[in-house]
Amino acid sequence: MIVIRPTKGWASLRLRELWAYRELILFLVWRDLKVRYKQTVLGAAWAVIQPLAMALLFTIIFVQFAGLPTGGAPPFLFYYTAMLPWNLFAKGLTEGSNSLVANQRMITKIYFPRLVLPISTVLAGLVDFGIGLAVLVGLLAYFGVWPTLAVASLPVFIPIAILSSMGIAFWLSAIDARYRDVRYTLPFITQIWFFATVAVPISSVPESLRWIYSLNPMAGVVEGFRWALLGQEWRLDPLVWLSMAIVVVIFVGGLFYFRRAERVFADVV
Amino acid sequence: MENVAVRVQNLGKRYRIGEQEPYRTLRDAIARAATAPFRRTRPRRADDSRYLAISSHGGHIWALRNVSLEVMNGEAVGIIGPNGAGKTTLLKILSRITEPTEGQAEIRGRLGSLLEIGTGFHQELTGRENIYLNGAILGMKKKEIESKFHDIVAFAEISDFIDTPVKWYSDGMRLRLGFAIAAHLEPEVLLVDEVLAVGDASFQRKCLGKMGEVAGEGRTVILVSHDMAAIQNLCGRAYALNHGRILASGEVNGVISQYLESVSRPQVASIADRTDRRGNGRLRLVGFSILGAANSSDTVQCGARATFEIAYEGSAPLRNVDIDMLFYNQFGTCVLVTGSSFVGKVFAEVPERGIFSCRFEKFPLLPGIYHLRLNCGVNGIVADDLKNAATIHVVGGDYYGSGKIPGRGGGLFAVPHEWEVRNEDSGSFTRRGHGT
Repeated sequence: MIVIRPTKGWASLRLRELWAYRELILFLVWRDLKVRYKQTVLGAAWAVIQPLAMALLFTIIFVQFAGLPTGGAPPFLFYYTAMLPWNLFAKGLTEGSNSLVANQRMITKIYFPRLVLPISTVLAGLVDFGIGLAVLVGLLAYFGVWPTLAVASLPVFIPIAILSSMGIAFWLSAIDARYRDVRYTLPFITQIWFFATVAVPISSVPESLRWIYSLNPMAGVVEGFRWALLGQEWRLDPLVWLSMAIVVVIFVGGLFYFRRAERVFADVV
Repeated sequence: MENVAVRVQNLGKRYRIGEQEPYRTLRDAIARAATAPFRRTRPRRADDSRYLAISSHGGHIWALRNVSLEVMNGEAVGIIGPNGAGKTTLLKILSRITEPTEGQAEIRGRLGSLLEIGTGFHQELTGRENIYLNGAILGMKKKEIESKFHDIVAFAEISDFIDTPVKWYSDGMRLRLGFAIAAHLEPEVLLVDEVLAVGDASFQRKCLGKMGEVAGEGRTVILVSHDMAAIQNLCGRAYALNHGRILASGEVNGVISQYLESVSRPQVASIADRTDRRGNGRLRLVGFSILGAANSSDTVQCGARATFEIAYEGSAPLRNVDIDMLFYNQFGTCVLVTGSSFVGKVFAEVPERGIFSCRFEKFPLLPGIYHLRLNCGVNGIVADDLKNAATIHVVGGDYYGSGKIPGRGGGLFAVPHEWEVRNEDSGSFTRRGHGT
């Protein structure tokens, strides 16, 4: 029996119901993938071209002109390795934050757990990520870089990148449903964030400021990726764990905030 | 008690005025948050989520208040009411799209709601792909969709286009597909909103048939509609809503006539003041009203007795007077011409002031809105001619006394007719010259 009554305060997460709708998540991911590269000439090749071009650009600007350190790794790889989790994060963040408004019709006409929308949007980014990862394997071979045992830690960093993206998307999509300011703010915040995360490695930050740097939830993931894939003589900065703790806080807080905001989505979106 | 499928108790939904404006500014919310510590007087309400910007002068509106209803298992119940009465809000609460502000509702069994056809269709995806996607959105499992796939395609009549992107579909095809998916959800409780207002007549008939089938299988249907005929056809009981409250409930025909009475508006613009008239003015038409079963000044029920009365003023008693009354539909087509001269009444002598009345034993026009033109002649010369003299609403009714409400399948009129069958060999039929 379904009982409908007003809810007060913080609502339960109802994860069981979310689980019951897992097929819908998969269908929405599949829909996003199906339509993503429609009406493009190059199709999924964009998933490869874009990070390659960015990595090349960074190599030229930051290494050749600005002389930023890359910790002994080939500069191109250094940036490409960071682009991978960043793109997963940034796309998920941008599209996830927009996911409620983009699916306005569904929200106002049909009941389903609303968390399905940001979750599936972020997950859809995994396919591009997978393609990028396959290209990376080729690049590693080309540059003759052989990962150490640390590569086994990748399966930890990938979910962290996803959690971080989802966590922020929960917050921002719920706010965006009511205040469209989010969509105007997000592009430039993402850009600044990008430079702070990808271009400036933690090793180039003065010791005393590193804890501030580690408050960036993506700092740990990007550092972790570089360490896992390129780090021969690299030491994983322990502050990475602080960064990951932040991710968990944002994610769990986002879940609860979203559920609390959810009850008025259909009225305000 | 186990027989109750849907029980609603004192349900209420309050909106802030302006809450449905799409854009609120963050600035307001920040300003409010900043001043919050200095305001202590405002009690917090259950639905005051933190980020709701409440302007201090902001008013509230109850879209629904104190609504209680019960629907039994296997019953089909209609909900009628004018725009803004709260019908859709009620359905949205029952389908859990939005939360009530107060009260509660209980629903037993799997719930399917059809507030819009084809929600979540993606234009770039094919019909096949959209069946899976839409099915999942409506809460079906992949296996379930697979097992019903062929039925859905057959019902929607799109088997030739199943692998064509939906963006190339006609509106009709899209509707059929959307309805077909929803109809195969097989819920125990089905909520339907106004979806039949769209689509062509044969499609509407098919949907109604399907819903009748659903109701006949012992499942519960709640149908919201403006369309009295559809409600009469499908539902045994109805609730009328107005201004968010229940106005009437009970047996469907009683509720409909109560509702019609309550919403009927008096004829506002008196035709006496109209200046856009033609004719020599020896007689002026000055008033119009309907006496009929629906007992309201502008509503007539198809198949019911209706009397149209037209008041006039002349300069003196007149001779050789006749009057015509023409019915135009919404597209401006004249669909029915009635006239006193047609039925042999050219009034030899009429008093200076009086009332013409025209009676229909069974009003023949099918449901819709019609505009009337009145035309009065004296000695065969136009004395007064008024276009758009009145607008009437015809609602559905049981014209034939058979329980069927004509009007769903298109057409303009109901007229008395009979059907028979007899035993005769088709060979002799052809020989008699009826065949091709």
